[in-house]
Amino acid sequence: MATSNYYVPESSYFPIVSSIGLFGMAAGAGGMMNHMSSGGQGFGFPHLVFTAGTLLLAFVFFQWFAKVITESRGGMYSPQMDKSFRWGMSWFIFSEVMFFVAFFGVLLYVRQWAGPWLDGQGDKGSSHMLWPDFDYSWPMFNNPGGADYPGPNAVIDPWHIPLLNTVLLMTSSVTLTIAHHALRAMHRGRTIFWLGATVVLGAIFVYYQILEYIEAYTELGLTLDSGIYGSTFFMLTGFHGLHVTIGAFILFIMWIRICKGHFTPEQHFGFEAAAWYWHFVDMVWVGLFLFVYIL
Amino acid sequence: MTTATASHDNHDDHGHHGPAKGIMRWVLTTNHKDIGTMYLWFSLTMLFIGGTMALIIRSELFQPGMQLIEPEFFNQMTTMHGLIMVFGAIMPAFVGLANWMVPLMIGAPDMALPRMNNWSFWILPFAFGMLLFTLFTEAGAPNFGWTFYAPLSTTYAPSSVTYFIFGVHMMGISSIMGAINIIVTILNLRAPGMTLMKMPLFVWTWFITAYLLVAVMPVLAGVVTMMLMDIHYGTAFFDAAGGGDPVLFQHVFWFFGHPEVYIMILPAFGIVSQIIPTFARKPLFGYASMVYATSSIAFLSFIVWAHHMFTVGLPLQTELFFMYATMLIAIPTGVKVFNWVSTMFRGSMTFETPMLFALAFVVLFTIGGFSGLMLSIAPADFQYHDTYFVVAHFHYVLVPGALFGIIAGVYYWLPKWTGHYINENLGKFHFWMSFIGVNVTFFPMHFIGLAGMPRRIPDYALQFADFNAIATVGAFIFGFSQLIFLFVLIKTIRGGEKATDQVWEGAEGLEWTIPSPAPYHTFAEPPHVK
Ligand code: HEM
Ligand SMILES: [Cu+2]
Repeated sequence: MATSNYYVPESSYFPIVSSIGLFGMAAGAGGMMNHMSSGGQGFGFPHLVFTAGTLLLAFVFFQWFAKVITESRGGMYSPQMDKSFRWGMSWFIFSEVMFFVAFFGVLLYVRQWAGPWLDGQGDKGSSHMLWPDFDYSWPMFNNPGGADYPGPNAVIDPWHIPLLNTVLLMTSSVTLTIAHHALRAMHRGRTIFWLGATVVLGAIFVYYQILEYIEAYTELGLTLDSGIYGSTFFMLTGFHGLHVTIGAFILFIMWIRICKGHFTPEQHFGFEAAAWYWHFVDMVWVGLFLFVYIL
Repeated sequence: MTTATASHDNHDDHGHHGPAKGIMRWVLTTNHKDIGTMYLWFSLTMLFIGGTMALIIRSELFQPGMQLIEPEFFNQMTTMHGLIMVFGAIMPAFVGLANWMVPLMIGAPDMALPRMNNWSFWILPFAFGMLLFTLFTEAGAPNFGWTFYAPLSTTYAPSSVTYFIFGVHMMGISSIMGAINIIVTILNLRAPGMTLMKMPLFVWTWFITAYLLVAVMPVLAGVVTMMLMDIHYGTAFFDAAGGGDPVLFQHVFWFFGHPEVYIMILPAFGIVSQIIPTFARKPLFGYASMVYATSSIAFLSFIVWAHHMFTVGLPLQTELFFMYATMLIAIPTGVKVFNWVSTMFRGSMTFETPMLFALAFVVLFTIGGFSGLMLSIAPADFQYHDTYFVVAHFHYVLVPGALFGIIAGVYYWLPKWTGHYINENLGKFHFWMSFIGVNVTFFPMHFIGLAGMPRRIPDYALQFADFNAIATVGAFIFGFSQLIFLFVLIKTIRGGEKATDQVWEGAEGLEWTIPSPAPYHTFAEPPHVK
């Protein structure tokens, strides 16, 4: 419920410049992809637009967050403002959850319905007539239209890198919680150590994920073009990896802020938001490990 | 409903100053009223652009045979018309109204996250600029329909599809941020005493709409991302040769798409629920049941999506499930219509322009609801699907539904925004022209649809000629009547009879306790709601 001094910022150039930056990124990326798909090569005008847009957006975001931090540290935010940030972050994470739900839904649909139907099973088994030789299996080593989509020779063994990565992420969740407790107990040194450890674990995760991709591409023939298995595999793990990267980056910023002495045991929403995000990314990984790698 | 003690005093806005001068006021603003205004003007601009495209379509369809434009261009027009109306006209208009009215209705000083609010807005002109720009490129604009089914939108798409995809991403980012802002404002910035069940219905319906937006816009982002990957990076999501499935596209799209149609109608329900009690001079009948009906519509909207796909080849049980689930929606919708009618029953009614639009909403939206019910019968839909009957259905719910709701809201709140009453004669003239235009345009489409005329085709068989000619005449009447709207808007902004604070005799709620026009900053001190 409202108290009387809710902070309403003065006019600001962040939104408009961010929009220009985002526009540059979007239009540039569109141009780059069309350029690529029409056989173009090299660094052209769209690449320039994309790079400029990205840099601009990064620059404004930096300024924007710096301003928010200054305002917060200047005591301009009431507890009510803090609540707005909390609600805002929670709903943002909910939107991210729905983004992943879409891709998990795709995986479910393909494995449960589309694949078996193509093989002649179930209610819509008549689609078998398209490719009478097709046999459904998961992982799908042989795709229906084989020539356009050469299937993978093998898929990633869940009990090597993915298992290791599971351990890494789970551990990072624990280290992050320890860091949070340390922050609450005002042990700055310990906070810095455990938060740092979390970031390092995240970085190692990303490193292994890259190794896994290299293995997939060079040894297993598991690529983006290897049919629906590769499509769902790279889409899900790729977006997850991107989120880990972003999450680790945010935690790293928090690490810097803690080194600068920014947070107090009572007031550290920036840290908490980053932690929520990290735990969300963790939970997605559990889903991936189960449904993409093991099952 | 809510009553406010007039603890509020607008001369008390110390620490704030009025708006800055010149164009930069709008570009840099963090003020919810400025941002609301920009959303509304943007939406009106899009309405006219999208409307022009509609008139191009109707001109081509005036007579059978190919008349004015190439089929290829016709496809671009239907696609762009749909996209612009849905994402550029209807949705931003509702966000604009929310920006203006939600803080005023709950006694908040502004939106919860004002800078992000402005960012949500400013993304839109860029996104639509990019989308419209494709019209002038060699490849042409997107031509695969506003539902952009794969493989039309992947394998067979013009290269502008890539810009379309990034445009959708931008709109999605804008919508999600806008929705989060509205949710947070409602949850966190209500004045003391404004409990959830005292919130005006416009606030309630927007709250639920915002929830739907946050839930499904990411799914839309997901589906366009899969298209992007299929087009440029060789994945096989929507290609059966690689083990994917074009039908999968439709599932994911409509998982977004059906909640999306409720995103376009729930706020209009809210507006009408504000207006009818005011002009019937009676409190809304069944406030709580309205809230529950809205919530159950929102819930059901997640489990009915495949009613758009009855003819695509679904297992029988699936058809049955989605048929019955869809029919269930008619129950909460019926509750709403019943409540509106009961509110009017024995009220002391007057028929100012906003009330006329609200009444037309109730009647004509109900027609759209009934045709929806017909479409929800799976075996019958085999006949109706992809005909003009579907076009008639969704235009009845969207034009005299969503759009009339918006227009009603604008006329209802315009005196609060500008400090002037509208010229009632002109407003009524606008209403009657629109009312006639909309029915002349869309009612005949039921007939030609039932007779089998397919949608999205630039030519048609001779027997459909008469009704098509009538529809085209209606479309021009409707289209040009919106110039009256523009005229009334400009005229009211520039002057007119001074509005009182309460504006309408029967109006209740916090927004009517502040001066007209609403001062630049309101409720810096929260009011107390009893
Ligand atoms: C009483 C509730 C409603 C029911 C039972 C219903 C049912 C349906 C059904 C079954 C279809 C698919 C027809 C086909 O393609 O063969 C449909 C299409 C459509 N409905 Fe509704 N509807 C309802 C309300 C609404 C509302 C409130 C809106 C929007 C404000 C809406 C917008 C649409 C749109 C845009 C389409 C067509 C999409 C397309 O294919 O382009 N409907 N409706
Ligand atoms: Cu639907």
